[in-house]
Amino acid sequence: MGSIARIEVKDANPVAALQGFCARLLADGEISAVLAPRRLPGNGGTMPALVADPAELRDVDPLAPSFRLNAARMLTRLTRGTDEGGLVAALLRPCEVRAFIELCKLNQGSLENTLLVSMDCPGAFTNVDSARFSGNRGDLDALLGFLRADGRGAFDGVEVARACRTCEHATGAEADLTIGLFGQDVENGLLLMANTPRGEGFITRLGLPEASDDGSRGSALEALLAERRATQEKLFAETTAATSDMTKLSTFLSACVNCYNCRAACPVCYCKECVFLTDVFEHRPWQYLSWARQRGALKMPTDTVFFHLTRLAHMSTACVGCGQCSNACPNDVPVMELFKTIAASTQKAFEYEAGRDPGEAPPLSVFREREFPELTGGLD
Amino acid sequence: MQELIVTPEAQGEPMPGAAFEPAIVAFVCNWCTYTAADLAGTSRMVQSPNVRLVRMMCTGMVDPKYIIKALLGGADAVLISGCHPGDCHYINGNYKARRRVKLLMEILPRFGIDSRRIKLTWVGASEGNEFAATVNSFAAEIKELGPIDTRRLPLL
Ligand code: SF4
Ligand code: SF4
Ligand code: FES
Repeated sequence: MGSIARIEVKDANPVAALQGFCARLLADGEISAVLAPRRLPGNGGTMPALVADPAELRDVDPLAPSFRLNAARMLTRLTRGTDEGGLVAALLRPCEVRAFIELCKLNQGSLENTLLVSMDCPGAFTNVDSARFSGNRGDLDALLGFLRADGRGAFDGVEVARACRTCEHATGAEADLTIGLFGQDVENGLLLMANTPRGEGFITRLGLPEASDDGSRGSALEALLAERRATQEKLFAETTAATSDMTKLSTFLSACVNCYNCRAACPVCYCKECVFLTDVFEHRPWQYLSWARQRGALKMPTDTVFFHLTRLAHMSTACVGCGQCSNACPNDVPVMELFKTIAASTQKAFEYEAGRDPGEAPPLSVFREREFPELTGGLD
Repeated sequence: MQELIVTPEAQGEPMPGAAFEPAIVAFVCNWCTYTAADLAGTSRMVQSPNVRLVRMMCTGMVDPKYIIKALLGGADAVLISGCHPGDCHYINGNYKARRRVKLLMEILPRFGIDSRRIKLTWVGASEGNEFAATVNSFAAEIKELGPIDTRRLPLL
């Protein structure tokens, strides 16, 4: 069990307490900047910002139930290559941490150059729904109510995104430090827990008061995870039934217009150049005509199911279930549902879990000499 | 989400009685199975005509999307065949191919594509008879299984 410290909350304002925590990080000689969600003007919710000047921390709001994009890709831009500018402390949701770890495995970012700070994630609204909540900006009561729900937050009768409601990795245990919210009296204090040696070092250096775990966090977490797992099972069963043959899968994806927004929003779609954006798919007119003749008619744009199946094959073993694909879809295609469901099987097949451990190689990058004999009729 | 109706005729019923000739796409490694296929041909072994060979430099370069595209494009089955373990000219391409096939076996059957439509074998350069036997039994199996749905689906 790692060290635990306490982040004091004054005036019942945990957001201000976390701004203060970020200021402490910035004051540390080793940290050159903090990457954290910051409120946007209007009802836009939050977006990651790289803050170098403590005065600019005033709009930082890591607790806002807004998750416009998965910041893992942003953090790769700040950490890739050899360390040049000192550590970037990144305040991320657990699914952002896990996506970042996946990208580091592919050398697109580096864990060496960052201090990862995550939290007991209370979840977030979809981008469409979050405007309602952020329209309420400044209303601390709404936020406190949301946080007290320990991961079951709702506002105006709207629940957090389905990806969040079915997430079983809510604590950011893969980060260097985790901010403990579950089961806490968030108007008075939050926990700060070290998960790695780097996290331990910072907890000691930041000079925060020590705290102990009275078990309330554990029991709140256990209750939440039990509910989340049940919701997840339901999502899997529903999605499996809705896609159990090619006709159904085709129908499931029928509103897709091949805009590839889901791919752009996906933090772990790691290819520098996606094959679907190359001229491989710029077929000649005769080709379309010949397909149309073969089948009698050809749906256009073509290759919709092909796109999704290929993406499932290429990245489902790295899917962290963040839901940004569904968030980005202009046509309400249940992309997250499909990817989360399939990812559960593909990751299980290779005894892999995306983002769990930086030392675990992506399953398609390694092999054993003897494995899966069933594929070749027992011959290996 | 908008619901598109798929016409009942498109449900891909196996045509009873009618002689169904499956189309099988085979991704074969240049250094072993392709050579074996060549040998089977020059030795005039009886081979099912249902297989279209795609010659690859190694099974390690068979991206999952080639297999997916073939099956969505109406191939009734896909064969991936390479060098025996330990014999790959690029050291471990065949082991990587095996993982990719494993991956597809987790994905495609969930969408109703019968796992028997995807086959991975190791056939060495000198095994012309082995190649002919593999292809013949695979073609017979797929004939039994009937045509793949994707041939007649209007949507995709
Ligand atoms: S596929 Fe969707 S849920 Fe999975 S990591 Fe990508 S954006 Fe997140
Ligand atoms: S974002 Fe939606 S419409 Fe665009 S490609 Fe993805 S699923 Fe299709
Ligand atoms: S060279 Fe034949 S499988 Fe790699």
